[in-house]
Amino acid sequence: MIDLPVIQTHRLCKSYGSVQAVRDLSLSVRANCITGFLGRNGAGKSTTIKMLLGMIRPTSGEGAVLGNRIDAPQESVELRRRVAYVSEDKRLYNYMTVAQTIHFTSGFYSDWRPETAESLRRKYELPSDRKVKSLSKGMRTKLALLLAVARRPALLILDEPSEGLDPVGVEQLLETLVTQSAEGTAVFFSSHQIEEVERIADQVAILEQGRLLKDVSLDDVRRCYRKIDLVFSSQPNERDFQLEGVDSVQTSGCQMRVVCNANAEDVIERARALDASEIEVGPISLREVFLSAVSETSRALV
Amino acid sequence: MLFKLTASTGQPLYVQLLQQIRHATECGILKHGDQLPGIRTLAEELIVSPNTVAKAYSELEHEGLLDLRHGSGAFINLNRRARLFTDQVERARRRASELVEQLREDGLRDDEIRRIFEAELLCPGKVVSRR
Repeated sequence: MIDLPVIQTHRLCKSYGSVQAVRDLSLSVRANCITGFLGRNGAGKSTTIKMLLGMIRPTSGEGAVLGNRIDAPQESVELRRRVAYVSEDKRLYNYMTVAQTIHFTSGFYSDWRPETAESLRRKYELPSDRKVKSLSKGMRTKLALLLAVARRPALLILDEPSEGLDPVGVEQLLETLVTQSAEGTAVFFSSHQIEEVERIADQVAILEQGRLLKDVSLDDVRRCYRKIDLVFSSQPNERDFQLEGVDSVQTSGCQMRVVCNANAEDVIERARALDASEIEVGPISLREVFLSAVSETSRALV
Repeated sequence: MLFKLTASTGQPLYVQLLQQIRHATECGILKHGDQLPGIRTLAEELIVSPNTVAKAYSELEHEGLLDLRHGSGAFINLNRRARLFTDQVERARRRASELVEQLREDGLRDDEIRRIFEAELLCPGKVVSRR
C-alpha cells in the first residue's frame, strides 16, 4: 500500500515553561489502519493530539495531518473539516437536547449522514428529547462519538474514548471503530485500556515522558516479541544478554527474564551456552510490552 | 461458524483466523461453496481490525481455498484441495502397481499378495514379525 500517512510529525516539541511535554516526536500514522496511542498519565498524549488538531502550537518541529500542515492557519481549516475528534472532556452544549445537538452539528458538514446518525442514536439508546445536561458520562461519550462518525471523516481521532463507558458501551465503541475503519476512515485513539487496543488495533505507538518509545504493528508483537524465563545455577550477568532485539533484562537471584522484540533464538542460544538449567519461551501481551518499555525508560533516566 | 481469536498467543490474529477457517474445511464444518461473511461483517462480529480479516481472506485466496468475489463475499473452494487429493491417489496407485508387479516376480500368487496387504492394513508390521 502506498497510501500517504494520515499523520506525520517530525521532531515535534512542546514545552510549558521548563516542562517538556512532548520531545522530538517523529510519528507516522498509516491510512487504512486502526492505531492505538498508549502512554501513562502525563506522557504527552493529549498534548500531541491537541497539536495535531491545531488547538495548541508546537514549540518546535513540524507536523502534517492529511497533508495539511498543523501550524498553517488556512490549512488548519481544511484539516478540521476532514478530521473528527472526540475529546477527553466531550464538550457539548448542555442546554440542547440530543436531537437538537445532532441537528445543529449536521449543519456544519456537507457530507453528514443522517441515516448513520439515526441508527447510531438508536443503537446507543440515546433519547432524542433528553437534555445534554442530564446525560450520563457514558451517554455524553456516545453522543460525541455519534457526532464524530456521522460526518464521514477521513481521520477519526479519539482521546480516551472508553473512559466512563460500561462494558456494553465499550463493545459498542469498539464495534463503531471497526465499522469506521472498514469504511476507510483511519482511526487514531489514545487509551489506558490496553486490552481494547490489543483487540482492535493494527499498529501501536507508545509514548513515555513525551518521547516515542515504540511504534509497532501488533502482528509483529505477536510474531516476534517473546519473553524468555531463564534459571541458572548461579547469578547470571545481565550484560551477557545485551543482544540485538533485547528490550529488557530483569534478574532476581538465579532467575532472569529477557523480553525481546526479535531474535529470540539468539537469546536461547546464549542461555544454552551459559548452561541455563531452565529455558521457557512464551508470547508476551501488549500490557507486558508496554510495562517493559516504560520501566526500561524510567530505569535509563534514573 | 464460530471463531476464537486470542489476543496474546504469540500468533497474529489473522493467522489464527485463517488456520481456523482452514481447519473447518478439513473437518467438514465448511464445505465447498459455503459462504463466509464479508470482511466488514466478520470484523464487526469479532471486533477486530478489518485488516485482520482482509489479510486472512487474501492469504486463503492465495492458497486457493477461498474465492473472493467483489461485492458478493467469500466462498469456500475445495476444488484445488480435491485436485491435490486426486493427484496423491494417482501417485499411490502407481507405486502400488509397481510393488505388486515386483511381488509377482518374486513368485507370490495374487491371493497371497492380497492377504499380505490386508494383514498389513489391519495389523501393521505383524506380517514380517510372524516369521
